[in-house]
Amino acid sequence: MLSFYKFIAIREKIMKATFFMCAFFSLFSLLLIMLYLFMNGIPFISKIGFSNFVFGTLWAPLSDVASYGIFNMIIATLYVTALSTLFGGTLGVFTAIALYKFIPKKFVRIISQLINLLAGIPSVIYGLFGMRFVVPFVRDYISNNGVGYGIFSTSLVLGIMILPTIVSISLDSLNSVSSKFYEGALALGATKEIAVFKIMVPAAKSGIFASIILGTGRALGETMAVIMIIGGSPQFPSSIFESVRTLTSNIAMGANELSGDALSALIASGVILFAFSLMLNISFSLIESKKKEN
Amino acid sequence: MLSSQKRIKTHYSSLKVFSLISVIISLIALVGIIAFVIINGINNVTYDFLFGKYDNTPSIYPALIGTLNLILISLVVAAPIGIFSAVFLTEYTNLNSIFMKIIRVSIETLAGIPSIVYGLFGYLIFVVSFNWGYSLLGGGLTLAIMILPVIVRSTEESLLSVPNELREGSYALGASKVRTIFKVVIPCASSGIITSLILAIGRVLSESAVLILTIGMVVNKVPETFLSAGTSLALDIYYFGSYGYPNEAAATAFVLLILVLLINLLAYAVGKFLKKGGNYSENNY
Repeated sequence: MLSFYKFIAIREKIMKATFFMCAFFSLFSLLLIMLYLFMNGIPFISKIGFSNFVFGTLWAPLSDVASYGIFNMIIATLYVTALSTLFGGTLGVFTAIALYKFIPKKFVRIISQLINLLAGIPSVIYGLFGMRFVVPFVRDYISNNGVGYGIFSTSLVLGIMILPTIVSISLDSLNSVSSKFYEGALALGATKEIAVFKIMVPAAKSGIFASIILGTGRALGETMAVIMIIGGSPQFPSSIFESVRTLTSNIAMGANELSGDALSALIASGVILFAFSLMLNISFSLIESKKKEN
Repeated sequence: MLSSQKRIKTHYSSLKVFSLISVIISLIALVGIIAFVIINGINNVTYDFLFGKYDNTPSIYPALIGTLNLILISLVVAAPIGIFSAVFLTEYTNLNSIFMKIIRVSIETLAGIPSIVYGLFGYLIFVVSFNWGYSLLGGGLTLAIMILPVIVRSTEESLLSVPNELREGSYALGASKVRTIFKVVIPCASSGIITSLILAIGRVLSESAVLILTIGMVVNKVPETFLSAGTSLALDIYYFGSYGYPNEAAATAFVLLILVLLINLLAYAVGKFLKKGGNYSENNY
């Protein structure tokens, strides 16, 4: 009988240790990823110099005098991210507002289900859509230099891609504002529009902001849709209709072919990308934790 | 006075009109993508394209096999680890312990890492360090780390929604903690856990940036073992799209879209069905 209890006690201990190991695994993987990136990236950055790397404007890893400046790609990344956040954010937030009060409830359910479904569409399908539909359209009707590939087309497609995220989180945060505010505003004589735009939207602003940050993060990290539309020349983006290259597409295009210092340069740009997305994550969690305090 | 009031009213009404226009634009854009895929893809899907040999005409059979392998590998690794870590986080630690906070931060960070960085990591560790070359196993393991946050977070949520009375009842009957977890807590949360696994499968289906650096994009050969290089459906779309097979790209996109929709429907149905007929429903309390 005693041995039976002992068996149970040992089983409890073993299982607890197993659960602990599993929980520890995420921390372990994160550390491993950082170790691999930093171990390969940081020495390279210090070898060629941080400012030569980040502010260098020539990316020519295969030429005789190799040069590894990623400044153009950082600027292109910022351009694409900002522009797609502008497109997707504006459209998404206003869509969420309309779904919140201005559209009959029976349509809202259908529309928001549709939008949720669209959040699951693989990014490479967005890329294909961009390549076969948006790029020719921009080339023929919008672009001023006859080039369809580039920042503008990419941002349009990424804007659509991040739309579902922004709509659903903004709508959630609008819905979580107490309806007493709305009723109070109406009781004080505000019209429906004023109550929504002046009372409810400001009350939900931290959630809306969080949704935009999340969308920005997705646009920043997107790779496949981008390589299919951005064009890919590593030059300075002097116009939004120019074919350029972002950090992510640079990594995807080069990692299989490059080796040695050039591969280290890609890993180092992965480190830079990692740092960017970490900043976005931290600001997202700060907003979330502030929201919880309130 | 009156005119300024009127001006304010028109200002906000125009905002309302703008928001209605936004809905229409969003819907056109989103429905447009689906319509684009269906219209271009549906006529190019043939039996040979789906299951034929990749000899002279392109076929996505290698990609179907590759995708299945990737789903299998990543789930076999990530499902137990993800579910067990959720169990540890909900059943063994309290919400404010430091360990819990560290794990939570690392899960959030993992969830926010761009997929190309995962791809780079997978390339460095599996292709270069382990010297496996391009392999489905390397891609699947990288994907496993990537879907871990999805599984942990939603499993944790469904474990937390199991009421404490059930655990206490089980203890009162003399069950040990581990027995309670396996016989009471996990079965009660099963619908949420299964939904999280289905969503993880959806993530594997749609991922391509990781795979382009880890599994090699060999589109014309059916992978023989886990260590062979291969391709996936999403990667095939990129390949066909970029290398001059627009019809094949659209057809593959159609197939992938259908699969993703089915996965979503399945997740929805599981959530609904198991909640209704499952062991535990909130109405009982």
